[in-house]
Amino acid sequence: MAFPSNMTRSERDPKVLRSGPSSLSSSDRLARNLGWFSIDLGIVEFIAAEKVTGALGMRGKENLVRAYGIREIASGVMTLSVDKRAGLNSRIAGDALDIATLATAIRPENPKRDNAVLAMLMVAGVTLLDFVATGAHTVRHIRHSGERRSYSDRSGFAEGVEASRATARKKLGDLRTSSVNEGPPTKKTSGADSV
Amino acid sequence: MRALVWHGKEDIRCDTVTDPEIEHPRDAIIKVTSCAICGSDLHLFHNFIPAMKPGDIMGHEMMGEVVETGSEMNGSLKKGDRIVVPFTINCGDCDQCKRGNFSVCERTNRNKEMADKAFGHTTAGLFGYTHLTGGYPGGQAEYLRVPFADKTHIKVPDSLTDEQVLFLGDIFPTGWQAAAQCDIEPTDTVVVWGCGPVGQMTIRSAVLLGAKQVVAIDCIPERLSMAEAGGAITINFEHESVVERLNELTDGKGPEKCIDAVGLESHVSMGQPDTLLDRAKQVVMLESDRPHVLREMIYVCRPGGIISIPGVYGGLVDKIPMGPAMNKSLTFRMGQTHVRRWTDDLLRRIEEGQIDPSFVITHTVGLEEGPEMYKVFRDKKDSCIKVVLKP
Ligand SMILES: NC(=O)c1ccc[n+]([C@@H]2O[C@H](COP(=O)([O-])OP(=O)(O)OC[C@H]3O[C@@H](n4cnc5c(N)ncnc54)[C@H](O)[C@@H]3O)[C@@H](O)[C@H]2O)c1
Ligand SMILES: [Zn+2]
Ligand SMILES: [Zn+2]
Repeated sequence: MAFPSNMTRSERDPKVLRSGPSSLSSSDRLARNLGWFSIDLGIVEFIAAEKVTGALGMRGKENLVRAYGIREIASGVMTLSVDKRAGLNSRIAGDALDIATLATAIRPENPKRDNAVLAMLMVAGVTLLDFVATGAHTVRHIRHSGERRSYSDRSGFAEGVEASRATARKKLGDLRTSSVNEGPPTKKTSGADSV
Repeated sequence: MRALVWHGKEDIRCDTVTDPEIEHPRDAIIKVTSCAICGSDLHLFHNFIPAMKPGDIMGHEMMGEVVETGSEMNGSLKKGDRIVVPFTINCGDCDQCKRGNFSVCERTNRNKEMADKAFGHTTAGLFGYTHLTGGYPGGQAEYLRVPFADKTHIKVPDSLTDEQVLFLGDIFPTGWQAAAQCDIEPTDTVVVWGCGPVGQMTIRSAVLLGAKQVVAIDCIPERLSMAEAGGAITINFEHESVVERLNELTDGKGPEKCIDAVGLESHVSMGQPDTLLDRAKQVVMLESDRPHVLREMIYVCRPGGIISIPGVYGGLVDKIPMGPAMNKSLTFRMGQTHVRRWTDDLLRRIEEGQIDPSFVITHTVGLEEGPEMYKVFRDKKDSCIKVVLKP
């Protein structure tokens, strides 16, 4: 839907000289990096499943790794979207699954078990980051339920709601009776002159 | 000068930028004294509206003092005048402007070609909005260039405060148009989905236009408390069934008039499974908007009723029950607000003391706190309903 080549700004429109403080916080940036990380990892798992299983000594589990790749991509896309929290939560669930799967590869008879241990350490590190990002996000984005204000004194009508309503309903009633007396109701257009 | 600048999704910064300059004899420059953050700004913040460009200045609800004018003001505006700026830029002379259809002015969109391609025919230029509507720098800034300023302004008397008149530029006429296009009858039940700033103005407008009863729907308690203060019967959709309550309130016949003051970012919740599906489709770009409220309105509305849509939609929606809408003879009315069409009448109502729109303001801060306030408003933190910025 974008037509970048057509987008114009004029000569004398203001131009940015110096950038100031941003609405994007450090936890938002962390979530964004984790989102891209998910997508990159997902793509590798999906298209190079054999290499992954080979390195971890998990031959035969290629389809599982591909499925995990799709899962990574999906949670990455979610994490990059406005619903970061859902994305981060699905990342954490994914981390748990990854750890459980890698644990099966840390057997004495697996010659590649050192690689699996390294992978597991890495997943554990990323899981920590996921928790940090989710925690920061939850604290910043959840409405504080306890300290809600009530605006029950803010009617906006100087004369109060009921008086304003009564005046308005009388005016409308009069308008309708007079238009009935004048003959068939005029067609309403909701245009400039309808009220 | 300082201005709130869009740099990408959820990335708005308080930047130092060059001052705007007069480009055309019909331009004027104002020193902004007050501006506000609107629900439409949140759609841009989330990058749901296409054709934003890094470096775009945000803001379309602003007022200030004229500090410089071009040579063609035809006596309508001079240095020192205090004006509110309508967010829809209008030339005043084209066929649409002559009909009062200011938000679809044929001349003010400087990216007309792009809009013709995307929409079929161009609409008016808007401040601080997408390049599809001209990409004009917005008013969350210290100074603003107002194009077509001889026509695009509302002069306001010094006897009223900024807070009382600021919303004449957007949300007050928006709420008013939403109610006015419902052709309210004395027997009507008018239902307003969404109790954000636009919903609040819509509720007051429906009362002032004589509706029998006004019903307001949201899930945020403080917003519902403000709706009730304005004369609405409230429904919290997280705790009650909207369909059942509306049937109760209308003897099982459904409301005659339904107004969508929510727009494309309807809440996603487990109780409303269609919203989950919409969200998933949005993520994979199969759909751009979440039209839960439209679906609900079509379902509950009384046959022969009117559906009024001030809430903004940006692109494509899915699974709209057109069959029921057609068979129930519903009328749809929608659009960006034709601000100037309503403002003389509304200014008079404010001066007469019928209504004081400042009731909706919950936060007033300086411009440099703007980026943070986008998040406070978005997340409804600190019971936030409407933010006013003082540059
Ligand atoms: N037509 C115009 O010219 C015009 C002008 C200004 C604003 N708008 C649009 O009006 C809409 C509202 O603006 P706002 O400033 O009040 O924004 P807002 O985001 O503060 O308000 C939206 C409200 O809708 C509520 N909501 C979400 N899902 C809901 C559901 N399913 N049912 C009932 N309520 C629900 C939210 O809790 C929130 O209180 C936005 O789409 C905005 O872009 C249009
Ligand atoms: Zn707006
Ligand atoms: Zn025009």
